[in-house]
Amino acid sequence: MKKLMTGNEAFAYGAYLAGVRVGAAYPGTPSSEILANYAKYPGVFAEWSPNEKVSLDVAIGASYAGTRAMSTMKHVGLNVAADSLFYAVYTGLKAGLVIVCADDPNMHSSQNEQDNRNYAKFAKCPMIEPSDSEEAKQFVGLALDMSEQFDTPVIVRSVTRLSHSSTPVEVTDQEPPPPPEELPAYERNAQQFVMVPANARRRHPVVEERLKQLAEFADSTPINYIEPGDSKLGIVSAGVSYHYAREVFPDATFLKLGMVYPLPEKLIRKFADQVETIVVVEELDPFLEEHLKLMGLEVRGKDIFPILGEFSPSLVRSCAVEAGLIEAPEAPPEIKSSLDRPMRPPMLCPGCGHRALFHVLREAGVVVTGDIGCYTLAFAPPLSAMHTTGCMGASIGVAHGIDKAGVKDDVVAVLGDSTFLHSGVHPIIDVLYNQGSSTTIISDNNATAMTGFQEHPGTGKTIQGRETKVVDPEKLVRGIGYEKVDICDPYDIDKMEEILQDHLKSEEPSVIIARHPCVLSTREKHTPPEVDPEICINCGICLDIACSPLVQEEDHVRIDTLLCNGCGLCVKVCPQEAIIEK
Amino acid sequence: MKNIDFLMAGVGGQGTILASNILAEVGLQLGYDVKKAEVHGMAQRGGQVDSHIRWGEKGYSPLVEENNADYMIGFEMLEAARFPHFLKAHSLALVNDYRINPPLVNLGKATYPSKKEIETLILERADKVLWIEGTGIAKNLGNPAMVGVVMLGALSTLIGGDREAWLDVVGRMVPQKFVELNK
Ligand SMILES: Cc1ncc(C[n+]2csc(CCOP(=O)(O)OP(=O)(O)O)c2C)c(N)n1
Ligand code: SF4
Ligand code: SF4
Repeated sequence: MKKLMTGNEAFAYGAYLAGVRVGAAYPGTPSSEILANYAKYPGVFAEWSPNEKVSLDVAIGASYAGTRAMSTMKHVGLNVAADSLFYAVYTGLKAGLVIVCADDPNMHSSQNEQDNRNYAKFAKCPMIEPSDSEEAKQFVGLALDMSEQFDTPVIVRSVTRLSHSSTPVEVTDQEPPPPPEELPAYERNAQQFVMVPANARRRHPVVEERLKQLAEFADSTPINYIEPGDSKLGIVSAGVSYHYAREVFPDATFLKLGMVYPLPEKLIRKFADQVETIVVVEELDPFLEEHLKLMGLEVRGKDIFPILGEFSPSLVRSCAVEAGLIEAPEAPPEIKSSLDRPMRPPMLCPGCGHRALFHVLREAGVVVTGDIGCYTLAFAPPLSAMHTTGCMGASIGVAHGIDKAGVKDDVVAVLGDSTFLHSGVHPIIDVLYNQGSSTTIISDNNATAMTGFQEHPGTGKTIQGRETKVVDPEKLVRGIGYEKVDICDPYDIDKMEEILQDHLKSEEPSVIIARHPCVLSTREKHTPPEVDPEICINCGICLDIACSPLVQEEDHVRIDTLLCNGCGLCVKVCPQEAIIEK
Repeated sequence: MKNIDFLMAGVGGQGTILASNILAEVGLQLGYDVKKAEVHGMAQRGGQVDSHIRWGEKGYSPLVEENNADYMIGFEMLEAARFPHFLKAHSLALVNDYRINPPLVNLGKATYPSKKEIETLILERADKVLWIEGTGIAKNLGNPAMVGVVMLGALSTLIGGDREAWLDVVGRMVPQKFVELNK
């Protein structure tokens, strides 16, 4: 039977079918739904780890113990987990280990556009890349088999367009292999698993030899294949780009690569002998193209297709027409009228607690080093209250550095609760240890909201819905040694303002926990307030809190009651007291 | 089997994702190879949500190609106005007669195009724009987020084909009273 599945659902299904028993991840668009779906299958252990490095170590440990394991993450997650990837490639494993990692061409929801195929080469780790959901399901199983055959982790690469697209998947009543009655005792083998220099020196040649064997495997695996066609044009492609290319070049000869590292050199040469011109169609970096060029082949690629952004059939076609590879298709009449169509940027939800906090920060005029989460939206006008954002966990160290550089401005770091537990703990230790004086504000909404409200160590629930201990950020920072710690609901803006001023004045390093639950996840709502048109002078001050229900009309402001959450923030900021609570 | 490409455009929270799932399921039920892509950044925060749905004999790309869509289903007027270049000549547009202001319009820094302007733009490609009181009807039935089901009801009568397939899928995926509406 065929069922429509997103790439992410198919990855989860494939992992379940292949007998993965331990799955760990930190959420990140577009990868989050893989583990969320996997966690629902019977007989599996799944966890949201505090960050990607922990998730990979957990999966490696399970594999060392003889259990098939999976770790999933978005592309930048592998930056966090890279150290663990590199050692696992050296140690090898006991049972299959698959890392499903999703790139985000066009940065639909990311801070950069890195091409993680480079990690495969860098870490000397094999990588395969499915092109639709059926392949996503199958490739996870294949990756685990490869992992066991070659004693190495295997990365399965996804991209947003695969993870979030749905295509039919064959579902059977096939069950995963039954778990062993009892796992044998942990097999101790320090020479293989303790990477001190002497052992690591013995392992490096193993890694190099393994790569040679993997290259031979690449030449024989059925996931790399030639699709015969017109010999004039030969297209090399992998992943979703293959499908775009298939539509644009229906007659060409194709080399479809399921395995992107290491590459099948014999097969590539065989293909090259069959065609006159070779064109590589690949998103982001010229990863395949450069390899083919190093093999001495004449190929075209990034001279035709962009290095930036996401491909689409339209884009591949227009580039191919421009390069003279195909004729321009017959097109419908060109659209002549031009119409100004204002964009619809994402905004903090009506009633979001982050808004109240950033309103106070803006009014105080402080420099805010920021971090990644819903609250990052506070950088945009009219709130304009965040001045740096780089990667998760960066806010605190950056604030400390600015502080130590000695500028006159007041600087505070702001990060979310999930981000704090992901990568904020070490920098907050640094501020204390190195006698900093900066203030860290944890904007705690009790959720990993940005990526879909996943649980985290501070919420008291696991991914599989079990009650668990709560890691309380207040106890944590007090335990580290912070003495100046305050907790405040940012909706109490007067108190928030007072605490902020007190912390700014103090020379002591300090922490403020601004706590208000994410209203989109709690669904808390109140009666919308009303604007009294007689009192409102249409000054527009309330509009500066950037709340979408507030609409500026001809001579006064109006509240769209369908959208309004009734949180009352606008009531507090209106200097005329024209907005009246109901 | 004729290939049919659909484009859906709406705003986060309007239920476009449910509607695109239904449309994809119906295609599968009718025996098509189906591909579907969601294109959205941070939908839950009121951003744009677009879906591409393709019914075909053998599909490759999950994304619809510009100049090729047979139908556009707009859940919001301005969102519908963003995609006429995806439509082929003699295509059809179904647009929910409903307006959600983008923030810049609320702040008085941009203007929302008129219904007439939007219609003129879409008609450069489409043969017809069918305006549907989708949100109004869904609201009367007690759930404005079911606007998608109302839109699909209208679409199903245009595409024709097996009514049972539509009703079966809708029956599995949405509350009963909206199924009744589609009958
Ligand atoms: C290394 C890394 N992993 C994951 C992500 C994706 N991501 C961005 S923000 C975020 C979590 C935000 O949660 P929180 O800090 O609690 O803020 P909220 O969105 O709840 O306001 C995640 C998982 C990322 N950008 N980088
Ligand atoms: S999802 Fe929650 S945290 Fe994110 S903007 Fe909405 S209310 Fe705020
Ligand atoms: S009460 Fe005011 S600030 Fe709160 S959601 Fe409604 S319009 Fe926005």
